[in-house]
Amino acid sequence: MTGALARRMLLKTGLVAGGGLAFELAAPVATAVTPAVTGSGETVPIGAFVRIAADNSVVIAAHYPEIGQGVRTMLPMLIAEEMDLDWARVTVEPTLADEKRFGQQITGGSEATPTNWLPLRQAGAAARQMLVMAAATRWGVAPASLTTADGVVRHPPTGRQLPYAALAAAVATLTPPETKTVVLKQPADFRLIGTSVPGVDTPAIVAGRPLFGIDTALPGMVYAAIEMCPAFGGTIASASLAKARGLPGVRHVMTLNTGLVPDGPADAVAVVADSWWTANKAREALDIRWADTAQRRHSTAGYARAAAAALATAPSESIVRTGDAAAALAGAARVVTADYHYPFLAHATLEPQNCTALWHGATLELWAPTQYPEDGRALVAKALAVAPAAITIHLIRAGGGFGRRLQNDYMVQVAQIARALPGVPVKLINSRSDDLRHDFYRPAGWHRLTAGLDATGHLLALTDHFVTFGKDGKPVRAAEFNPAEFPLQVLGHVAVGQSLLATNVPTGWLRAPTSNAMAFVFQTFLDEVAAAGGRDLPTLMRELLGAPRALAGSDDAPGFHTGRARGVIDKVCAMAGWTTQANRPAGSTRAVTATGGKTKGFGFYFSHRGYFAEVVEISLGPDGAVAVDHVWAAADIGSQIINPLNARHQVEGAILDGLGQALAGQAIEIVDGAVTQANFDGYPLPRIDSTPAITLEFVMTDFPPTGLGEPALPPVIPALANAIHAATGKRIRQLPITPAMLV
Amino acid sequence: MAVLLNVNGVPRRVAADPAKPLLWALREDLALTGTKFGCGAGLCGACTVHADGEAVRSCQISIADAATLKITTIEHVAATATGRRVAESWIALDVPQCGYCQAGQIMAAAALLAHTAKPDDAAIDAAMSGNLCRCATYVRIRAAIKRAAGVVA
Repeated sequence: MTGALARRMLLKTGLVAGGGLAFELAAPVATAVTPAVTGSGETVPIGAFVRIAADNSVVIAAHYPEIGQGVRTMLPMLIAEEMDLDWARVTVEPTLADEKRFGQQITGGSEATPTNWLPLRQAGAAARQMLVMAAATRWGVAPASLTTADGVVRHPPTGRQLPYAALAAAVATLTPPETKTVVLKQPADFRLIGTSVPGVDTPAIVAGRPLFGIDTALPGMVYAAIEMCPAFGGTIASASLAKARGLPGVRHVMTLNTGLVPDGPADAVAVVADSWWTANKAREALDIRWADTAQRRHSTAGYARAAAAALATAPSESIVRTGDAAAALAGAARVVTADYHYPFLAHATLEPQNCTALWHGATLELWAPTQYPEDGRALVAKALAVAPAAITIHLIRAGGGFGRRLQNDYMVQVAQIARALPGVPVKLINSRSDDLRHDFYRPAGWHRLTAGLDATGHLLALTDHFVTFGKDGKPVRAAEFNPAEFPLQVLGHVAVGQSLLATNVPTGWLRAPTSNAMAFVFQTFLDEVAAAGGRDLPTLMRELLGAPRALAGSDDAPGFHTGRARGVIDKVCAMAGWTTQANRPAGSTRAVTATGGKTKGFGFYFSHRGYFAEVVEISLGPDGAVAVDHVWAAADIGSQIINPLNARHQVEGAILDGLGQALAGQAIEIVDGAVTQANFDGYPLPRIDSTPAITLEFVMTDFPPTGLGEPALPPVIPALANAIHAATGKRIRQLPITPAMLV
Repeated sequence: MAVLLNVNGVPRRVAADPAKPLLWALREDLALTGTKFGCGAGLCGACTVHADGEAVRSCQISIADAATLKITTIEHVAATATGRRVAESWIALDVPQCGYCQAGQIMAAAALLAHTAKPDDAAIDAAMSGNLCRCATYVRIRAAIKRAAGVVA
């Protein structure tokens, strides 16, 4: 990113109606988005748009999709800081999807912060520099003698001052500075960055104003509900639509070929009515016969049997090999082996998938609560056989994303419906059961792990047989194995093999993809290894991490710094009063911290460039139920917490999300090729009455700031599993945790 | 077919099937989109409104049944002193993340405080456990209720 940033920054200026001043900046930078999202690291322009009105109020464009991660507040803060704006006079407005103008617009991979941290500050600083230049020229003084604050340029020696708006005309005639000449503030001089700034949309949310995709209202709008084949991938054999067409309020009933969404739902029937409730109810009158014989052979029970069979044989391919693991295991003083499993998970955003579209005859307008608008544009362009430029996409706040809205099936579906209704806006809404049954699920997985220890309890070798889902010899989306999985990089003998099961289940990225499962597998298994070696997990982690150093990264995964990991591990142990060694019962191999009926467990994970160590404290109820009482989290996401208020929100939410995955009973079940759960009774979310106290501290290090939407989630699951082992002696090797596992 | 409703203190005529859930009448017929659709089955609380001062799930009550009730939605929550305190606390503590469930949370909290001026944790759990927050803003929801109630957290 640094090299690309050195290139010239383009800054366009111009007067806007009403005498204000507009800045548009575009500095080319390499995208820092994870390959999981784009598949490459191409260079795209990035920009920001700032408008200063004649009254010196400022509008900053928020060009990223907001799903509750706080990006509509955080990104404008970066510009406002370096521009020295008065935040109280800043309003934020959403943009269209337009990567040529704004640069990358993807909410995914916790990448908004690392991608934008430098360019948006440079944009703000360049704008400030031009305002200072304009004032210096007007007053005939040196630019260095001027100061800026709260949207005003001042000349302290003479007491002269001008609001930015008064310099608009002069700035419009200046040549924008090059990136290399733009001077950024020192962190000590930050006035806005590092302060707790409430969400810019909070007052509107609290007032119930229309903000979300599902709130989109257009004159003459109609509503669509959609019937998809319950068994993933099934197509329509025959469909009798006449009865539904005859119902009061129903305007149109049409079949769609949604097989145009890669790995997404195939054929569907859409019902369009003057009310969504009417449209959805009319689905009961549809008589559809699905061609789904092959699809109906799939089930989670069948996958479990196939996985067990695969584990009983050798992996079909080797994916990581270091040293000679077989020989090391043969010579080990002690061998630990265990099988781990985690289920399919849904995203269950509280706002069901929805999208609004209007076909103008040759062009299409979309109001899309999506995390990845350009992917949606490409899919829709292909589905409708129109040019991408013929599609206008309004970015709309989404009621949760968690990765679900990186897939744009609803955009393709509503576009096809709208195409059939020229001039009529149509809003497609999934019912809750549609949403749960037609997700792109976190894939289930199975692991058989074996560790070899020497006579002193040191971990020498590790093998894993990973059974995952694949197609054409490759893992399906979000079912991949990261070769840099800790502790593989620091061991001398490693062998990881993979076997692929066929599936008809669409898979996708769920908050902290792959990490949300792998942290559980590896950190829980390492707790077993630590116990077998007479250690606790933090001790084993410190041994494995060794001297502070950066391990090699890859295009797919940023490098891992052992010192940063050590820093958060030490920090969380201090915060939580981790005293395992002192409290371990004599002769026990259990790594136990047990006081007053409470036990603690530890977990660490590095994902999305963030380092998190967490300790979970639990107590067992009289019925043996697990209550999580307290979670301590220590985090290293670099040199700066941009918005401490929202940082805490993201960490709390991720921790509770992880606890919900483990404890609330979340597991997608598939029978006859279809999901059995229909609503939150079958797919529970965590509730307020299961919310523990959460203590969070950041370890500040001299690395560029990184994102927080995801990395706090993964370690809480193994920390919980390890706390349960400390309390009960039972190993948790399967998610979700059920009462039967504890007795 | 038309049903006469009392919504936010105003008589509103809704020309729709009397079986239509109040939720969809609010959102589609009365342009009150602050009340949210989450599950359609009374399982998430996103559609919570007040009916004669009680928190109810608007997806579970037809407009025919709602016709005899005084309905208050999030758009009107600040009309009472209790509702105003709740809304102010929600803003002061920056409770929302995505924000989608928050109208339901606020309406549930306002109904709680209307009945129980100084709720303890157990009362908060009992009143609020039916309202799901996928972003899990529960720490702040609890704190905001206590702040609105003038209870030390």
